Amino acid sequence: MALNGIQIFKMTPKTNCKECGSPTCMAFSMKVAQGAAEISACPHMSEEALATLAEATAPPMKTIKVGTGDKEYTLGGETVLYRHDKTFVSRTRYAISLCSCMDDATVDAKLEAMKKVDYERIGEQMYVEMVYVNYHEGDAQDKYLDIVKKAAATGRVLVLGCADEAVAKAALDICKDSKPILNGANAANAEAMSKLATDAGVVLGVSGADLNELYDTVAKLEGLGNKNLVLDTTGADVKATFANTVQVRRAAIKNEDRTFGYPSIVNLSKIAKDDKYMQEALASLFTMKYGSIVVLDEMSYGAALPLYGLRQNLFTDPQKPMTVEPGIYPINGGDENSLCLTTVDFALTYFVVSGELERSGVPCNLLISDAAGMSVLTAWAAGKLSSGTIAKFVQENVEDKVKCRKLVIPGKVAVLKGDLEAKLPGWEIIVAPDEAVQLVKFMKEFK
Amino acid sequence: MPFNQKPEKFAAKINTVTIGNGDKAIALGGESVLPFYAFDGPIDNAPKVGVEVTDLGVDESVPGVKAYYEGCSSVAEMAKKASEMEGADFVVLSLKGGDPNGEDKPTEDLVAIVKEVVEALGDYPLVVEGSGNVEKDSELLTKVSEACQGKNALIMSAKEENYKTVGASAGLAYGLNVGAESAVDINLAKQLNVITTQLGVNAEKIVMNIGNAAVGYGYEYVVSTMDRIRNAALSQDDATLQMPIITPVSIDAWSVKESMASEEDMPEWGPAEERGIGMEIMGAAADLVSGSHAVILKHPQSVATISKMIKELV
Repeated sequence: MALNGIQIFKMTPKTNCKECGSPTCMAFSMKVAQGAAEISACPHMSEEALATLAEATAPPMKTIKVGTGDKEYTLGGETVLYRHDKTFVSRTRYAISLCSCMDDATVDAKLEAMKKVDYERIGEQMYVEMVYVNYHEGDAQDKYLDIVKKAAATGRVLVLGCADEAVAKAALDICKDSKPILNGANAANAEAMSKLATDAGVVLGVSGADLNELYDTVAKLEGLGNKNLVLDTTGADVKATFANTVQVRRAAIKNEDRTFGYPSIVNLSKIAKDDKYMQEALASLFTMKYGSIVVLDEMSYGAALPLYGLRQNLFTDPQKPMTVEPGIYPINGGDENSLCLTTVDFALTYFVVSGELERSGVPCNLLISDAAGMSVLTAWAAGKLSSGTIAKFVQENVEDKVKCRKLVIPGKVAVLKGDLEAKLPGWEIIVAPDEAVQLVKFMKEFK
Repeated sequence: MPFNQKPEKFAAKINTVTIGNGDKAIALGGESVLPFYAFDGPIDNAPKVGVEVTDLGVDESVPGVKAYYEGCSSVAEMAKKASEMEGADFVVLSLKGGDPNGEDKPTEDLVAIVKEVVEALGDYPLVVEGSGNVEKDSELLTKVSEACQGKNALIMSAKEENYKTVGASAGLAYGLNVGAESAVDINLAKQLNVITTQLGVNAEKIVMNIGNAAVGYGYEYVVSTMDRIRNAALSQDDATLQMPIITPVSIDAWSVKESMASEEDMPEWGPAEERGIGMEIMGAAADLVSGSHAVILKHPQSVATISKMIKELV
């Protein structure tokens, strides 16, 4: 629960010593309450007061880090339930699942297929970040460890789904340095598993038969001093899993119940076993609603293209528009002699325009200049898209790379034509139709 | 100490709109909880899945769709077949062939198709989508409404530019349900609901189409618009935003590069059909969990999957 200025003031020494930079302790307390000052600026706070304040001002959901180096991912740390309230911060990560019950050929094939999905979309590399390695109770330990080794060799972050203490220890010995997750604590083994995870320095995954059991187990682990957790919210079926995942997140953020303030794991291989299409539907559902890690049987391009696109959209900051890098984008095999068209760097505009140009089949170059991520008319009104900005971009970035001297400008800024002709000698300026959907016809007829 | 469960209770609820007649009729809306939050309170009417057919006949570009309608010789036969698809709750007849910038089919031809479809479906719930052209639809949807009289169909779409003619014919003259179409903006959606009800259309006969996008293509605006509409409807009891939402998914899902690029052009992407199904399924699941009460799909696999997902969640 957040504290107000008066409550904080009661904990200060009330000496008005000014060492914190504020004229009085009261003024300082008010600033801290608003988040404008750090409590640590006061050198005279008691340990006890600092601990109380740290608890009160801690975020509702912990930020948990897994993996190492450039494969380190941040989970959780969310502060809102809806992206429009502020923004979502830690994108959902995807894992494919392997199991000690699978034969070698299946494991190899799944890992090979996973590696194929690796591509860039608007400045972000898309691939499967994690591999979930499930230990099936009673299987040979060596077989499980072999699969762990193979999975570790891919360099992806491992999630060890293993509730057997001895097997888990052996698996951690293989991969603990790459900071995997040990997803194996439950009501029965919490203490032992927590020790294993803490000793190895890895995140511990916790599950429970229902939300009450999960809650109690987390409370117990926190009591043992382990707050480096993720919660496996997978239930008996789809309905229970959705209910668990939503309620855990809501309890943390809306009701400030910090016991549930951890990231989640949703295992679709359990609740939609062998049903590829259902897993696709649920991957979308749990990306939208509060899955921090979503585990699937496999990841093909058929699933990745929509899923990563959805994730990229969902985790954008509502206050910062999604943009594409300024530059020359050849379309349909456009080369230095192909027609040039220009529009703004707002990603939505870029996608619509480039999509229509692709549909036309006509080779061309799409020139994207920096327009602060605004749409055509907004950018024009704000002075971010003008004859000056276009001319500057063309002269600095295009003229030495492209021989064609025909430039098509958006129909909505037809007014720039005259100015551009003056500023870009040698160029023929052509006005496009008002709407992108008319571009196919325009391009075909232009040819 | 057990987990202190705190259900989110709202006093307000979404309007219930019925489409079709008799025991095949479907009801959209009626709940007082967020989408699929069955742990907070009852969801009497599960979201519904519609199957799209068009006046242009069978879509030959997608093998699974083509195979499903194999042997159908008319749009009416296709509509009948669509109504029998596993997981289908209603049929959507799109009259996109009427678009003056496309095939520009005359209104009389399209109305004749609508009549045949109405005949073939009987009391089965029908949604009719116009050509997408505002002027053409003013005339076209007026005649379509006449042809659907007594069938309790849903006529899409009345937009800000033509809500007077479409709303007056579908909603007032023939007592049908009116689809109010806006473009991914809560204020435009609200405004259109307000002026359509001011026209005299019963608020309980309005279904919103707040617009859509393919996932990856500015879909965040769709999410936030739906989140905010549902929030206004339930927590602020805003009666002008309590209409259920219907979302056409197939059009956007199947018209982006991800689902259109051929396997020859993008060999590593694999079969185009699988990508299209993925776009459709993931778009539909995201729409439903954001607040759609009905989604419009076209591939039999997507229809079966999304219908199954809804049944498992509600």
